[in-house]
Amino acid sequence: MPKVKVARKSTWVDMTAMCDVAFLLLTFFILTSNFIQKELVQVVTPTSISEIKVPEVNVMNILIGNDGKVVMGIDNQKKREELLDKISKAYNLNFTKKQIAEFGLSNTFGVPVAALGQSLDLSPGDRAKPENVLGIPADSTANEFKEWVRYARQVNPQLKIVIKADKGTPYGKIKKVLNTLLDLNENRYNLITGMEEAPKLPKL
Amino acid sequence: MAEVNTDKGGQGGKGKPKKLSTRIDLTPMVDLGFLLITFFMLATSMAKPQTMEISMPSKEKVKDEEQNKVKASKAMTILLAKENKVYYYFGTTENGVDPEVFETSFDSEKGIRKILLERNKTVNKQVDSLKTVKVKKKLSPEEFKSKLTEIKANKDAVVVLIKPSDVSNYQNLVDILDEMQITNIGRYAIVPISSYDTGLVEKTAPDAFKEPTQNK
Repeated sequence: MPKVKVARKSTWVDMTAMCDVAFLLLTFFILTSNFIQKELVQVVTPTSISEIKVPEVNVMNILIGNDGKVVMGIDNQKKREELLDKISKAYNLNFTKKQIAEFGLSNTFGVPVAALGQSLDLSPGDRAKPENVLGIPADSTANEFKEWVRYARQVNPQLKIVIKADKGTPYGKIKKVLNTLLDLNENRYNLITGMEEAPKLPKL
Repeated sequence: MAEVNTDKGGQGGKGKPKKLSTRIDLTPMVDLGFLLITFFMLATSMAKPQTMEISMPSKEKVKDEEQNKVKASKAMTILLAKENKVYYYFGTTENGVDPEVFETSFDSEKGIRKILLERNKTVNKQVDSLKTVKVKKKLSPEEFKSKLTEIKANKDAVVVLIKPSDVSNYQNLVDILDEMQITNIGRYAIVPISSYDTGLVEKTAPDAFKEPTQNK
């Protein structure tokens, strides 16, 4: 019987090219992206046609949840620690070194001042649980939010106010925050919105 | 390629020392690469969110003589009510005659946009012609911007007072601010709603500003 020789081909595939592609993409992602920061209240922003980008430094974030819970935060760890220092003096509270460091690390906070120490003792995961995010009181009586904004402005005079609120938040809740800000003569804000395509206008 | 493969498949075993292949299996490295890509894709966000810049009128009382009163004929008041409803009226009460209040919606075809466009016709025409000039003559973006603000700040243009009620939501507010941008209205302000406004609307729609009773 004549043997039919079938040339055996190697199943070895050259992975060099694939490796190149993978690392190229990796480099791209590392360079273009910024990390998602966990927010204490879930917010679905409304959309707008505005194309202005969010400022990157010197921002004060104010988040207003669906139920009107107010959460805020400022950028820069050092500034946050200074802010806590001012607040602790204003309210006669003492925070441990660990609590201060923890506050410096968390980019947003959302509890009344009295519960702040307790909240800072929790792990970051527990702190973000909805039942532990009580919201900063922003009512006309005991307006702690006002104090926070006032001291934040003292700590960093260049702060830009960025407001991020849920689509469904009733305007009544937003109004409280805006009125508080207006009381402090803060009247320029950035409202965070999603992207939306500009509509074609009918010809005039 | 960098690969040096002189192995001829087991025939080189006669006397000569067997040459080892310098080829390295890169599969684990590829695995690692893609693992890291996956991680970065999930843990990061690429797009920066958009923002809308607004400035609110200051609460400080302006002296009467410094205040520039809005001409009643140029003024348009937009009231945001519950369930995405919009009410609007022109001017104010004159000689005991209340302005007529109209109801509309955020619909892009026949909603508030149409009315605003109509109302702001002269400005819109100017903006349109400016845009064609920009396309033809290639105006620099800065020039275009300054001219656009100039047109929008026109003293005879319509002035819009936005009055959101407590029962409207944040989406309504952003939508109406958006409409201001779309229809090239440069002069608008967010003003607290007054009992005069609610009174006007409640003549035709009695429960427009009532808190919804269920799902509170």
